[in-house]
Amino acid sequence: MPLVLTEEQRMLRDAARGFLDEKAPVAALRKLRDDGNADGFDRGLWKDMAGMGWAGILVDEEFGGSDFGFVGAGVLAEEMGRTLTASPFLSTSVLAATALKKIAGDDHKKEYLPKIATGDMLFALAVDEGAKHRPAKTAMKAEKHGNGFKLSGSKTFVADGAAADKVLVAARSAGAPGEEDGLTLFLVDAKANGLSAERTAMVDSRGYARLDFDGVEATGDDVLGEVDNGYAALEGVLSAGRAGLAAELSGAAQGAFDMTVNYLKERKQFGVEIGSFQALQHRAAHLYAEIELVKSAVLKALQDLDGMYDTAALSCSLAKAKAGEVAKLASQEAVQMHGGVGMTDEYDIGFYMKRIRAAQEMFGDAAFHAERFARLRGF
Amino acid sequence: MSDLEAFRAETRAWLEENCPKEMRDGGGGEGAICWGGRKWTFESEAQKVWLERMAGKGWTVPAWPKEYGGGGLSKEEVKILKAEMRAIRARSPLESFGIWMLGPALLQFGTHEQKAHFLPPIARGEIRWAQGYSEPNSGSDLASLQTKCEDAGDHWRINGQKVWTSYADEADWIFVLVRTDPSAPKHNGISFILVDMDQKGVSTKPIKLISGASPFCETFFDDATTPKEFAPGVSSIVGEINRGWDVAKYLLTHEREMIGGGGSLGMGARSPGEIAAEKIGLDDAGRLDDPILRGKIAQTEIDGWAFLLTMERMKDEAKAGKGVGAKSSMLKYYGTELNKRRFELAMDGGGSDALEWEGARSNDGQLARRWLRTKANSIEGGTSEVMLNIMAKRILDLPGA
Repeated sequence: MPLVLTEEQRMLRDAARGFLDEKAPVAALRKLRDDGNADGFDRGLWKDMAGMGWAGILVDEEFGGSDFGFVGAGVLAEEMGRTLTASPFLSTSVLAATALKKIAGDDHKKEYLPKIATGDMLFALAVDEGAKHRPAKTAMKAEKHGNGFKLSGSKTFVADGAAADKVLVAARSAGAPGEEDGLTLFLVDAKANGLSAERTAMVDSRGYARLDFDGVEATGDDVLGEVDNGYAALEGVLSAGRAGLAAELSGAAQGAFDMTVNYLKERKQFGVEIGSFQALQHRAAHLYAEIELVKSAVLKALQDLDGMYDTAALSCSLAKAKAGEVAKLASQEAVQMHGGVGMTDEYDIGFYMKRIRAAQEMFGDAAFHAERFARLRGF
Repeated sequence: MSDLEAFRAETRAWLEENCPKEMRDGGGGEGAICWGGRKWTFESEAQKVWLERMAGKGWTVPAWPKEYGGGGLSKEEVKILKAEMRAIRARSPLESFGIWMLGPALLQFGTHEQKAHFLPPIARGEIRWAQGYSEPNSGSDLASLQTKCEDAGDHWRINGQKVWTSYADEADWIFVLVRTDPSAPKHNGISFILVDMDQKGVSTKPIKLISGASPFCETFFDDATTPKEFAPGVSSIVGEINRGWDVAKYLLTHEREMIGGGGSLGMGARSPGEIAAEKIGLDDAGRLDDPILRGKIAQTEIDGWAFLLTMERMKDEAKAGKGVGAKSSMLKYYGTELNKRRFELAMDGGGSDALEWEGARSNDGQLARRWLRTKANSIEGGTSEVMLNIMAKRILDLPGA
């Protein structure tokens, strides 16, 4: 498949860019932060996005979605990255929609996919238990209890974990932490007895939570996929999330870079635009090249998810590694090249640095994915 | 079956029938390249037969028009041909500066008569061309070149010196950038001219590089001559007189894409990770027993993979109607810097074995010599710094660049 967007995907991108520039520029994120918004996003804006078919971008048309595939979802994530738009898009429309489409039975699909498409129901994926993403080290217990399970343990860094209506959670029904076997995925109600959420204010001002499961009951119906055998299914969902984050990081890197290049053309010192200095030109040109590589890696990962979902893990890992690393560089160069004003809260550039730092950490940083890559390559 | 699938099937069958077994060794390294030309000695009958058969189909230059010795294939068909050749590890039948550089320049800027005169012998591997661009005092500042070209009635008279002329000592003809108007601003007095090297006014001297090889020469023009016309309509000047810089820029763009893309293939099938795994070994968990080097190699291989995808994306975008244009500077910059990084890591992984310079064990120091050769990648065809300047000016539109 050619590594370019189709006409339809380009139109989606152009429409998204127009909408986000108007409705959700960085100023909107600043306002959410300054207002102390508990959700970390604007529910009204999310309804508007759902109205345009974004919430159901991965949902089949029979369930009311717009069914644009992963490339379409990535196009939206990239544009949201460009303007740092806060929304439950990743957790609900990418992660949960993927899980439901790929793993869930027909009843779950019928019940939940239409509600994702309308934007009426929010989801969160709870995987991490420690400060670093290590899904195989999942320790949260899923003990047999009657016909169902009792879930005990805690999760951290759960995006939209406090706002969600439903929580998709990975727990250990067998084996020991560190083993890939023995994991089971559950879809539980956020208001279930024994489940408590502590909203955690993070550097990027988005909505996150730490979740505590104290004997939360789950029935057999709440299991997504196979008992004890959920690791591969989880990996598939994580791949989609990694590609979505990589797309967002690509957009954020481009947004920060565009601001920086504009600044280099405006800011004068020593009587000339600072962009005329070769020391800065070369760094900007290098960064441009790195961002071009990110775009290619991201598009490949998204195309692989659409065309060969079961074997897309490697390209998703590579895209996440490359996008994380380059977006960090873009944000660091952005602040440095903005000079003193880059350090001020008044300027938007700092928001890019903060969001990029969080997004590159989620579902594995560049080191995590490079390590994985090395293992798969036999060294 | 679509037309392309039918083409793939026919191509596969033809290659199976016509590619000699000896030519299916995946390229065989720089020494196995067939360059063609008047002075060429084929390494084997198979190499000769392979060239003749491919040239007969026009497939030494598959994308060129049939009337000029090419295969007349579409971009999609060329992609299929290349893929089918790779699948049987077929060598390229012919490589040359005529194919890479002069041909594209003539196709873009030449008259029909020039194309008909010069292109078919290139396609058949009969004439080997050299490129005369750089001069001792005109490297990055190429447009300052001083080689003089004067009107001498029915011919041109050329005096000056070129340097870094690839394989000039083995070439038959040379395309040269010369100054035809010394009074004009430097970019506007240059012409792109074709010269037969088989004359006493042209001499060459190989330059020995740090790799020990001599792929480049100095080339001297002492009252060398070239006719104004080789035949009716076949001028020795390509494009307009004094507008040779347009041709040069076009070719430099072309060359940069090539150097950027070709570099990543220089190590053959072995990646730094594989070399290091063999020389250093793996720990009990199957990881390279040198964690810091392992991390560096992984990062570089990720960059290499993303770079290959970028090459692919740029080609696909060009097909979709967008030209590569100034982005060739980006590909050249990144590809060559990446190649240098990869070879540094291959040397790190190879340890003292990789330092061997002579003898069968190291294939006469192949890795070490290639490692040193890569250092030229970011100099030849425009330095990395010049590429960054071009990107800053043409892509980012930064002031004063």
